[in-house]
Amino acid sequence: MITIFGIPGPLLFGQLLLGLINGAFYALLSLGLAIIFGLLNIINFAHGALFMLGAFVAWGMLTYLGIGYWPALILSPLIVGAFGVLLEKTLISRLYGLDHLYGLLLTFGCALVIEGLARNEFGSSGMPYAIPAALQGATNLGFMFLPIYRGWVVIAAVVVCLGTWLVIERTSLGATLRAATENAPLVQAFGINVPRMITLTYGAGVALAAFAGVLAAPIYSVNPGMGSNFIIVVFAVVVIGGMGSILGSILTGFGLGVVEGFTKVFYPQASATVIFVVMVIVLLTRPAGLFGRTT
Amino acid sequence: MQVDRRSVLTGAAALPLTAALPRSRARAQANKTIRIGVLNDQSGPYRDTGGITGVICAKQAVQEFAPNFAVEVISADHQNKPDLGASIASEWYDRQGVDVIVDVPTSSVALAVAGVAKARNKAYLNTGAATADLTGKACAPSIVHWSYDTYMLAKSTGGATVHAGGDSWYFITADYAFGQQLQRDTTDFVQKAGGKVLGASPYPFPGTSDFSSFLLQAQSSKAKVLGLCNAGGDTVNSIKQAHEFGLTEGGMKIAAMLMFITDVNALGLDVANGLTLTESFYWDLNDRTRAFTKRVVPKTPNNWPNMIHAADYAATLHFLKAVKELGADAAKQSGATIVDQMKKMPTDDDAFGKNSIREDGLFLCPANLFTVKTKAESHGPWDYYKLAVTTPADQAWKPLNESGCYFVKA
Amino acid sequence: MASMSASDTAALAPPILPTRQVFFGFGRAQAIALGVMIAIIVAAPFIGIYPVFAMKVMCFALFACAFNLLIGYVGLMSFGHAAFFGMGSYCAAWTAKHWGLSAELAILIGGCVGAVLGVIVGWLAIRRTGIYFAMITLALAQMVYFFCLEMPFTGGEDGIQQVPRVPLFGLIPMQADMSMYWFVAGMFLILFLFMHRIVHSPFGQVLKAIRENEPRAISLGYRVDTYKLMAFVLSTFVAGAAGGMKSLVFGIATLTDVHWSMSGDVVLMSLLGGLGTIFGPVMGATIAQSLENYLAQFGAWVTVTQGVIFVICVLAFRRGVIGELAAWIKAPL
Repeated sequence: MITIFGIPGPLLFGQLLLGLINGAFYALLSLGLAIIFGLLNIINFAHGALFMLGAFVAWGMLTYLGIGYWPALILSPLIVGAFGVLLEKTLISRLYGLDHLYGLLLTFGCALVIEGLARNEFGSSGMPYAIPAALQGATNLGFMFLPIYRGWVVIAAVVVCLGTWLVIERTSLGATLRAATENAPLVQAFGINVPRMITLTYGAGVALAAFAGVLAAPIYSVNPGMGSNFIIVVFAVVVIGGMGSILGSILTGFGLGVVEGFTKVFYPQASATVIFVVMVIVLLTRPAGLFGRTT
Repeated sequence: MQVDRRSVLTGAAALPLTAALPRSRARAQANKTIRIGVLNDQSGPYRDTGGITGVICAKQAVQEFAPNFAVEVISADHQNKPDLGASIASEWYDRQGVDVIVDVPTSSVALAVAGVAKARNKAYLNTGAATADLTGKACAPSIVHWSYDTYMLAKSTGGATVHAGGDSWYFITADYAFGQQLQRDTTDFVQKAGGKVLGASPYPFPGTSDFSSFLLQAQSSKAKVLGLCNAGGDTVNSIKQAHEFGLTEGGMKIAAMLMFITDVNALGLDVANGLTLTESFYWDLNDRTRAFTKRVVPKTPNNWPNMIHAADYAATLHFLKAVKELGADAAKQSGATIVDQMKKMPTDDDAFGKNSIREDGLFLCPANLFTVKTKAESHGPWDYYKLAVTTPADQAWKPLNESGCYFVKA
Repeated sequence: MASMSASDTAALAPPILPTRQVFFGFGRAQAIALGVMIAIIVAAPFIGIYPVFAMKVMCFALFACAFNLLIGYVGLMSFGHAAFFGMGSYCAAWTAKHWGLSAELAILIGGCVGAVLGVIVGWLAIRRTGIYFAMITLALAQMVYFFCLEMPFTGGEDGIQQVPRVPLFGLIPMQADMSMYWFVAGMFLILFLFMHRIVHSPFGQVLKAIRENEPRAISLGYRVDTYKLMAFVLSTFVAGAAGGMKSLVFGIATLTDVHWSMSGDVVLMSLLGGLGTIFGPVMGATIAQSLENYLAQFGAWVTVTQGVIFVICVLAFRRGVIGELAAWIKAPL
């Protein structure tokens, strides 16, 4: 058997794959954050709470309406996205042009409210949510035993991330979006409804978080605190990738998942800290992040 | 200096300190009332294992005891912050006339509250925190530890599992005092019973939600038993993912070192069946526990009592009996006196039956090792456990001569 | 694309207007506010405010003032101040418990540890500004958290418990809450005035110059980075001392003090009171701690209520309570 640094090769390959799977969640969540930050200039602290909401909506649809996993994968992001639109219209839109700190605090307050209400309603221990029948079971890859559902998570995340990236970089809608990011008044002058675009962008970013939430529901505990575990790490991913950089957040998300996965083999205690070590090194050497542009 | 509008308003600017004013009331009338303060997590991760249901159970005890003296139950949320816990506790004792604090999950908060209780000679009945230090290094004549601690969990689950053939273990451990202690204690019992420990993955707590990497390591260790030295959402996550990775289908048994019936409910029997875990209370254990549960459940229909809730009830009940014995006036004087009285009297309640409290403050009751039922075996709501082994009260807990408590005579 | 610069965060705090000083570098309105604050501190225990709670408020007020010093006078927003607060708390608790150091020395040790850590973190972080500065401080603070979690001397999750209240100067007993209260009140006022004195010294004037126009300050020959670092270290010293004070008041030092949510709390306190104002952090700490303490009895609704209050504050009282008041009476506070 091949060993690398005293660890059997198959185990290491397994960890690489698991790291990628975790990275899929980081990528989906940080992608939403990056899009929101790019256009709205808001650091969306409610992202974790909305991720949680996505999972809970999926659970609620199954429990109360009998709607299964597959429709929920589409419906839950739509519902949570609509909620995001409402949030943006009523609260966040009042803060444009102000410092990031205010947006961060406002969304932090929203996160507290959402999580608090969810705890009051559903308790803290969480809710059961089963893996859909079509994706149950596992497959033997030779070097590891991979649950089919995890494989699906990676594929779904990659497809959605790439799709989002293509829309933003390769379509005329994306071009308008990028233009509005650079110079909103000018785009407005061309007769494009920028405020509406901003609102829909926030909704889309939030929907991505909810999508990740539904993906997470069968494998993580569906409880009101599930998002707060992620939020700080996802921030770090966005900063390392370069604030507002779409491709940066996707690649960094997957990359950091892998780094974290390896740390779990060699020094598991530090696996939550390693991301911050990377962040310090990156910010000291490349101030705008790995993929960010210095302005 | 002439005073104008501006300066007056400026003065008002510094007024917020007075916002903290409305406090000093209710002292005179409180003289005779016995006050019970339930201090636990009501808004955070341990909301279901303690929380409001704990308060309801304490109130249930008061209602059933129907004391001939005035009793009031108050409650607060310590938000899992030790300094907040300590400041609420000291304000309760000093100002609000609280005579006993009950519950207090999270070891760091419990130890802080223990320090406050000890310095003021006030009673503190811990039911929520696992640390065995409360009757060891940090013990005090006015502290009682109810329901469970790390030693008892390790002995019940660790020892019995090895005897049932699970003689090689792998641990997934939350890397903090509670998890490490649980792993150390369990390792002892596993080795004493002739088993061996093949490895362990300590993971950062809090903040880990993916356990697949550790599960994979556990799988490749070929151990027969996976010991989970963690609690709450982490335990739920690790079991959910162990199921997903087919650990149990591969023949591995999972021993959740600390798990409550509320967590089993969160997992669902599809995933949880076959788990082993230890609780000192289960609602369907005998006629008395069923009777107790039947009285409480209407008040908390979505969160049935676990061993912490049951202990909130039993501890409050026994406390009231001791107060009755002493008389409310005498009881209000000293926490140590009440607790001494509690230690003198045998306990008897519907939740735990007939038991006793030892010199160092440890409540001795039998420890029950349960196996979680499959869906087919379960016949109703919250019908989750099969009793596997009961460790009798005199064997389940750390022997008195190892307790390390300063006032215990050797 | 979002442009990040120091002026982004500097814009949070109102510009510092020259005021006619009547007392110790305070303008008239400020002098009155100071008088009222001292009067409240002196009167608090006699008008029914629980001394332990008041001490906690003062510890957090000092911590918030330290944070505010950075954002108000240097325009740097640190998101890792819990590291200094927490390390100060651990070191003061440890020296008081194991070496039996007297209270004032333990707090001094806490401050010095905060300062030393501040030199390291500051040296790395002040090369960046705006949100990147905030993120570097956050990342370094997370490493400090990890250090505290892993090191045996901190007691891990259990923390350092049952720290004795050592006698002041080795002579005056501090067991009673009231003697501790006067000591904490004294320390709070000394450090509060100390910080105020420094920002009104020539050193403080240079800091203001840097905040207002950094290139110009450089062209005048000031070593801008050195000044920023000094301000950072001053802030971390006070944060460490505040942490040390808190650990002696409660007799505990735990991981909550180093956790990132503590860094978030101090931002909230300063913002609630008013960034860049002198009395704002004190007010903010009072409000935040009162909320935490008095909402505790409402159990499950704590987080929801806190969240609603933050939302309202950000939407309606963006300058903070003291900031709004100062704007209304048209005098800095």
